[in-house]
Amino acid sequence: MSATTAVNENTRSMMERNVSMDKTSALEMERQADMEAYKTIGSPLVKDAKMSARNVNVFYGDKQAILDVSLDIGRNEVLAMIGPSGCGKSTFLRTLNRMNDIIPICRVQGDITLDGEDIYKSNQDTVMLRARVGMVFQKPNPFPKSIYENVAYGPRIHGLAHSKAEMDEIVENSLRRASLFDEVKDQLDKPGTGLSGGQQQRLCIARAIAVSPEVILMDEPCSALDPIATARIEELIDDLKEKYTIAIVTHSMQQAARVSQRTAYFHLGKLIEVGSTKDIFTIPQHQLTENYITGRFG
Amino acid sequence: MSDSRQSSTTLAIQASLKKRYARERRFQWYGRLAVLTGFIFLFILLADIIVKGSPAFTQHYIELDIDFSAEMLGVGENPSAEEIASADFLAVVKDSLREQFPDVTGRSEKKALYRLISIRAEYTLRDMVLADPGLIGTHKNVWLLAHAEAGSYLKGQVDVTAPEAERRVKDAQVAWLDTLRAEGRTESRFNSTFFLSGDSREPELAGIKAALYGSFFTLMVTFCLAFPIGVMAAIYLEEFAPRNRLTDLIEININNLAAVPSIVFGLLGLAVFINFFELPRSAPLVGGIVLSLMTLPTIIITSRAAIQAVSPSIHEAAMGVGASKLQTVFHHVLPVAMPGILTGSIIGMAQALGETAPLLMIGMVAFIMDVPGGVTDPSTVLPVQIYLWADSPERGFTEKTSAAIMVLMGFLILMNALAVYLRKRFELK
Ligand SMILES: Nc1ncnc2c1ncn2[C@@H]1O[C@H](COP(=O)(O)OP(=O)(O)O)[C@@H](O)[C@H]1O
Ligand SMILES: [Mg+2]
Repeated sequence: MSATTAVNENTRSMMERNVSMDKTSALEMERQADMEAYKTIGSPLVKDAKMSARNVNVFYGDKQAILDVSLDIGRNEVLAMIGPSGCGKSTFLRTLNRMNDIIPICRVQGDITLDGEDIYKSNQDTVMLRARVGMVFQKPNPFPKSIYENVAYGPRIHGLAHSKAEMDEIVENSLRRASLFDEVKDQLDKPGTGLSGGQQQRLCIARAIAVSPEVILMDEPCSALDPIATARIEELIDDLKEKYTIAIVTHSMQQAARVSQRTAYFHLGKLIEVGSTKDIFTIPQHQLTENYITGRFG
Repeated sequence: MSDSRQSSTTLAIQASLKKRYARERRFQWYGRLAVLTGFIFLFILLADIIVKGSPAFTQHYIELDIDFSAEMLGVGENPSAEEIASADFLAVVKDSLREQFPDVTGRSEKKALYRLISIRAEYTLRDMVLADPGLIGTHKNVWLLAHAEAGSYLKGQVDVTAPEAERRVKDAQVAWLDTLRAEGRTESRFNSTFFLSGDSREPELAGIKAALYGSFFTLMVTFCLAFPIGVMAAIYLEEFAPRNRLTDLIEININNLAAVPSIVFGLLGLAVFINFFELPRSAPLVGGIVLSLMTLPTIIITSRAAIQAVSPSIHEAAMGVGASKLQTVFHHVLPVAMPGILTGSIIGMAQALGETAPLLMIGMVAFIMDVPGGVTDPSTVLPVQIYLWADSPERGFTEKTSAAIMVLMGFLILMNALAVYLRKRFELK
């Protein structure tokens, strides 16, 4: 495997773009044989997709975390990603706004597009991309600043507000859409880290929507929250899909069933099965999917 | 069967428990003993310094009846300022002492009598007359600073039972001082001279002001160089630099630099800044540069640790809303890391404040009477002043040495307290 890294730096970019057509290296062929061992069941592709991933492979150093995944996210839909932990859900999600760039040993191959445009093209600006594809993390991570400042930060660095009044409006609207405004309207200058866990997570959602993204990625946004806070976030996700396209990773199948229209099941870096949420939970096609949703695995 | 096994296990545990608890108690006592020993030594050190140094904060004054007659001063009826400035005020002081003790006749006896009053008296009187020329031709009681030796007797530091030859304050002087004291003509006052003048050959006139200013200018230079360079280097190494052989090497070398004996930096300063770049000797500028070289590794290491301690989730949060790397670092990472960075820098500065050896190498060990006015004026610093005074044989300088140490320690405690305060304040948020 270590030879893979050594494999000619010069051909790597080629491989990244077009994995399936590159047949020059023996190792590559071997890997392809390995990958052909599985085929995603269901309907990974949709018409008029907001984001689409084609033949994506992700490596951490020599270790492959995502194997040849192709998946579309439709416009204004909520796509849930489920699977046992360590199967690469977060890794895949983070390729969608290039958060993986922060990790030096992480390499991404394949094509990922947003509105048909390659987001891994060499002149793609990651700042621009992340403004369009926002993210909410597993652990609520508000900035250690005031509630107002938490929400205003994104619009400010992107220059979205031209006056104090405009900024106030953005902050209020974002907090309203995250259904947090009424709870915090009298303490906007208090630190965001002083809120409860559920409020913090909604603050993070407000922060993400304040820059008017087109897509919101959520990585297990409720795993650190109690059931009541979780229910509020789920309601919120339902509202948000009117305006945004959402991809959510969750370890809770009930949550996936409640909030999503489509569900993708990952297993050991492979995308095993994708389909409408109803189908996945009622008539799973693949044995692994069935095992997982019936609780026999993971 | 299982019952007896059960009870035998219990017994075994009970037997071993006793031993374990005893061992723990013993260990705790070792710990307490160690802490206690440390405290005892610290206490002895501090007590010694305070006992020796506190008399330096007071000074004795002697009241004399001064006859400001024009003839004694050697000036005309309405003298000009220049005339007053060059008038013989020493004669006035001497005359007043002779009036006070008319019995004193012999030459050496008179000399001993004159040694009761500090040479400062001359200037005190001149300034009085310059301020108010109307004094000429009048009598006035004036409090004059006592000579260091007389002062030391008045403070009770002289053992009069010792043979006269072995002490600096002679029997005759003791008698005069006792008379003055009995007449209520002696008084102990706060020693403002200690804070308001530079070094002097006379202990009663020596002060730390020049050294304080020297320390201040030197630390300013150190801070202005070491803080920005150190913090920038730490930010770059921690957040931007790729991890490779070169950065590993740099890291190892920074750690090694922190352990280099400070005198080596002094030699470097002498060779490079003074001999090669021909910067002025004895100047806070060079001292500050040398100390900043010494402090840099400390600041870089502590700042890197502070930056590293910032939760990666803050990075993710900032990157997630589209902040650039630079924005992430300056808007989010640095504010969180700042208390740690400041603490490290203040501790580095405190080290620099107490540093002596490298400054000796670059000539900041000169006898400086004048308060330096800038970073290129010759000056000395507090620890070097302490070193100089500790070397002086006069009794008056011993207490000054300890007093200066107290001032230095006061500043060190202040700086460390500031570091603690900053840490606590930012931690609360
Ligand atoms: N920063 C990283 N460095 C190395 N390996 C990683 C890193 N992040 C994740 N991995 C590996 O990639 C695999 C997928 O991880 P992840 O995407 O976090 O899984 P999930 O979110 O589904 O639990 C795991 O085997 C994990 O060990
Ligand atoms: Mg995960």
